[in-house]
This record gives sequence, structure tokens and C-alpha cells, in this order.
Amino acid sequence: MAILVGPQTRVIVHGITGTAGSFHADHCLAYGTQIVGGVTPGKGGSSWEGKTSGKSAPVFDTAFDAVQQTGANCSLVFVPPPFAADSILEAVDAGVELVVCITEGIPVNDMLKVRRVLDSQTRTRLIGPNCPGIITPGSAKIGIMPGHIHRPGHIGVVSKSGTLTYEAVHQLTSLGLGQSTAIGIGGDPVNGTDFVDVLKMFNDDPDTHGVILIGEIGGNAEVVAADYIKNHFRKPVAGFIAGATAPPGRRMGHAGAVISGGKGTAAEKQAALIDAGVKIAPTPSDMGTTLQSLL
Amino acid sequence: MNIHEYQGKQILARYGIPVPKGIPAFHAAEAAAAASTLVAETGSEVVVVTAQIHAGGRGKAGGVKVVKGAEAAEAAAAKLLGATLVTPQTGPKGKVVNRLYIEQGLQIARELYVAMLVDREERRVVFMASTEGGMEIETVAAETPEKILKQWIDPATGLMPYQARRIGFGLGLSGKTLQEFVAFATKLYAMFIAEDCALVEVNPFLITKEGSVFALDAKINFEENAAFRHPEWDALRDPDEENPVETEAKHAGLSYVALDGNIGCLVNGAGLAMSTMDIIKHFGGEPANFLDVGGGATKEQVTQAFKIITKDPAVRGIFVNIFGGIMKCDTIAAGVIAATREVGLQVPLVVRLEGTNVELGRTMLKESGLAITAASDMKDGAQKIVELAGKGA
Repeated sequence: MAILVGPQTRVIVHGITGTAGSFHADHCLAYGTQIVGGVTPGKGGSSWEGKTSGKSAPVFDTAFDAVQQTGANCSLVFVPPPFAADSILEAVDAGVELVVCITEGIPVNDMLKVRRVLDSQTRTRLIGPNCPGIITPGSAKIGIMPGHIHRPGHIGVVSKSGTLTYEAVHQLTSLGLGQSTAIGIGGDPVNGTDFVDVLKMFNDDPDTHGVILIGEIGGNAEVVAADYIKNHFRKPVAGFIAGATAPPGRRMGHAGAVISGGKGTAAEKQAALIDAGVKIAPTPSDMGTTLQSLL
Repeated sequence: MNIHEYQGKQILARYGIPVPKGIPAFHAAEAAAAASTLVAETGSEVVVVTAQIHAGGRGKAGGVKVVKGAEAAEAAAAKLLGATLVTPQTGPKGKVVNRLYIEQGLQIARELYVAMLVDREERRVVFMASTEGGMEIETVAAETPEKILKQWIDPATGLMPYQARRIGFGLGLSGKTLQEFVAFATKLYAMFIAEDCALVEVNPFLITKEGSVFALDAKINFEENAAFRHPEWDALRDPDEENPVETEAKHAGLSYVALDGNIGCLVNGAGLAMSTMDIIKHFGGEPANFLDVGGGATKEQVTQAFKIITKDPAVRGIFVNIFGGIMKCDTIAAGVIAATREVGLQVPLVVRLEGTNVELGRTMLKESGLAITAASDMKDGAQKIVELAGKGA
């Protein structure tokens, strides 16, 4: 099992002919992901070739054509910020079940519109933007994470941060603990999938036995997650919140990572998670061992 | 990105929002001339001289002077220019005043608070207002939250007149003032969207004795991600308000925030960079900066990052913490070696590499002959750098 993605996932890549899109589509294919096509307006009818994977995929002018002709059920978006919201909505319109948007730097006003459309329908889920994507080790890597650090297993990982996700996964793998699915939900203030959405799915997934949740300063998604864990979550959770030493009012890399008006501090999030029974890793080097201690 | 009050008011005025007449001034003589012009235009002797710094709380800190006539305006301006203002938002060091805004004085009947901002929890722009004009909204929110009125705006419809009316009636407005308030709110939302704002705060929002509305202050914060569609923002930046090293880092494609400690950090990824600061502090050290070289940094960017870190005279040690995913460890190693050869290495350097091509990267560092301390993991690296650089700032 695992959640959201697996061998059944058929992916089209928006921006497959761009530098980042091409590089990562190739590495996803090499990992074994079914990349069934790409979308680049104006390059429809051509064929894209992956150097590392040695595989190719047809390029379409529109997401609609791509989905019609390949039966894709997932979109992976790499297009630059000015055009990213358009690509996400094009994928929603084309009817895929899952859109994974890697792009960092989408204006928040664009995301407010995207969010409005997402909230008005139930077919399509968005992961990201500004995230590493999602991986079900051994079957589907849909994003930019290094595939080789993962192992198939039973720990779910959900995180706002890319490299901290790799850190957690690497620690788990070193301890002999594989992962069911690892998801980066991204560090933007307005996003698609949130902690609670992912936790609900992990809760229902018999293959997931425990979860590492990685948050950071800014917003209150971790506090909402803590409330859900306290009342509904049945599996052990280890947590870490980045930015305990971040100064208030400063944006720390991620657009959403800012303490504003004294709200969204690491201390307040940790307190909520501890109250919900989550064990907080004392340092980011201890995320794996903290989870292990709960099994 | 923040802009000055007078710049904010100029934008408000472009959208037809009533603001007091005003003229920016950079010298005392300009302030006198501006005051004369305003007195002639308005027929009133009263002018307000306001310090232009990117911080609220200027009134209480002595940055706002109400005076009569050009001579008094010049004297007030001479005192304010070059002075350092310390407000709750400037930090203890305060900010030096280099610009002033000279404005007509208005007869105040009521002061209200009005703001629009992105509400991340509701995933909407929220229009909020309060009868407690002039007060810090955080204080009002903490002490009397019922005095804050809110309406969330659907991006598909924009702010609807009924929403503005609900807030207006809630503030106790009526008649002509209410109509002016609804028009004001509609224009403010149009501006918020078209100018890609993250926050617009009008505090105080003024009702005159004649019942007319005016934006008496304007704090505008733009959404940095939308900079690509606003080339005009560059002209609004005030270099005096920005940390020059942070600006340099930004141009190099690096995300850098200066801090007060003594351990420089070079990390890939925002979350890992934040937690690197955290783990340094956990072992008793003080980070000198947040620095994210990004997911796909080049050798040149790593070199740039090194130069930026070593510019800070407080730095007594450097911790490079990389989890190479897309970024290969040998690329990082090459960057670190090139940078240390170019910039020189005056302080201890601890490097932790993990991920793609890690063995190659570690071998390159070892064989470089440079005095680099290798760390097996993040914890080991943090402990080593704190030991080498010394605890505390």
C-alpha cells in the first residue's frame, strides 16, 4: 500500500523540455516512475528523451491532450513562477487526481486563486508548491528527492522542508527503517495539501506504522495537526520544528517561514505537539532515533 | 518588501483613495519649502513633519511633529534628520532618519484602524478594521479581540459592497461617511490585488470633523514572489533600510539573513538551514547567519556564499552543512575548496557532507590539504564547530 502514489500512478510533466523538468523527469523515470508524457505549449507532437534513463516520452501542447492520449492521473509541475498557477489549474481542468508542484516563488495572490478552484471541486489534490514532491519508495518517485536514500517500509514522513525530509529519510534508512510514503507539503503560506490531509491518509494506511512530522516556524498548520493527532491519530508520531532560533519578523528562506505578530513560533508548535503525545526530537539529527524509540 | 509611508500614500492616491496633501523632503530647506506650499494650498498653518523609516511606533518615539508654518517645519526637520529613532519595531539599535514627509494637518474627529492582508489559515485576503485607531493591532487583538471586525474576500468576486457595509456599520459609520468608507474599501482591495500586496495597514484611518475619510498612515508590504511583474518596485527600495550584505546575497541567488552570533552557516535548503541554527544553539553556540544556497547551487554560488559569510567580522567559525540531493557533494566540495583558496581561511571550518557522491566529496576535501574538520553527521558537526569557535556570541 502506501498513500497517494504507487505503481499505478501515470505522470505527465509540465515543463518537461525545460532544464529542471527534463533533468528530474529523467531521474523519476530512472527510478521506475511511469512518466507517460510531457506538456510544453508549442512543442506538441515532439518526443522528449531522457539521457540517464534512456527512455522517451511524447510531448503535448496542452494538459488536456496529454491526459486524453496517455491516460495520465498525475501531473508534475516544473514551470517557472509566473506560469505555475496556470499550469496547476490546467492540470486540474484536465482531470488528473494529483498535481505535484515543485516550483518555488509563486505569488501568494496566484495561490489564493488556485486554492479557490481546489476548494470548489473534489477530484484533484495538489501537493506543494515549493516542495520536493512525493515518493513511495520502490515504486514511484514524483519529485526532486534523491531516490537512493529511500527504502520501502512502514514509516510515513510529512514535511514542510525538502532537505530536512532527506535528513529524516536518511536517518530512518540508516536505522533499518524503510518508508511507506514521504511527502513534502512545501513551505509556502498558501498550499494544496496540509499536514492533517496527509495524517488522515497515514492513519487509514495499514502499511504505515509510525510517522515523522517536520514543521517549521510560521502559520499554524502544526498546531492544527497537533489537534488532529490528539483526537484521531492512532499511530506513534515523532516531530521536529525548525526555526526555534529564528528572529521574529524575518522570512527564513521559505515564503511561509516567518514569525509575525508573535505567532507561529517553534515553541508554541512544539508545545501543541507534545500535548498531543508527539515526541519531539531534541535535535534534527535525532528524528530517526526518536521515531524508533516509539515503535 | 516594505516601502515608506509617503510612497504608500502616493500609491493609495493613484487608486483614488483620499490621503492628506503631502511632499517628501530630504533636507530641512526642502521641508520649509514643502510646508510653504502646503500652507498656500490648504490655507491652514498646521503641517505635520513625519520621519520616514520602515517601522511603526514613530509617533511615540518622537518621529512625528505637528507644527505651524514653514519656519517651525524647518526647525523640526533639522532636528529629525540624522536623528536615530528607537521604536518597538526598530529593535534597540534604532533607525537613522534620512527622509521626511511634510503633510497638511487635518481636523480629526475619529481615528480607526483598517487593514488588508493574506490570512494563511483562511486562505483568503482578510479585510479587517477596528475602532481602536492609532493603537497597535496586536495589543487590540490580545486585549479586546471583539473590537476587531473581519470579512474574508472571495478571490472570484473580490470585496463585495455588503462586506464593506458590514464593517462600516460595525464601526458606527453612517450616511456620507459610510458611503465614502465603502468606496475606500473597494479601491483598497483593487490596489491590494493589482499591486501584489502582502499587507496594507492604514492606522490611523481618519474621519474628519466634516465626516470625510482619509488614510492618515499607510504601511504597505509587497509580496516578494510577485516582484517579476513589478519592475517599478526597484525604484521604491530604500538602500538605507536594507542590510547591504543581504542585498548582495540576494543578487547572488542566495537566501541570507544576518544574525548576532559568531558561527557562520552555509546550508542547502531553508528547513535544514534553520535547523542548523537551532542545533548550533542547542550545543551552546550562536549562529551568525541563516544562509540557504538552494537546491541546485553551483560552485560559483558556494564561493559567493563563503565570501559573504567571511565578510562578517563577528564570525569565528564556519559550519558547512549539506545534504546533497540534486546538489552533488563533489560540487559542494569543489566550491568549498575553491572558496577557501580564493578568500583564505582565517577561522575554523567544519564540513558535513551527506547524500549524492558523498565519498567523492569527502575524499576531495581530505586531499585538498586545507585545514577542514570533517563531521560525520549534523550533530557531530555542530558540536565540533561550537567547540572550535567558542560558545556564546
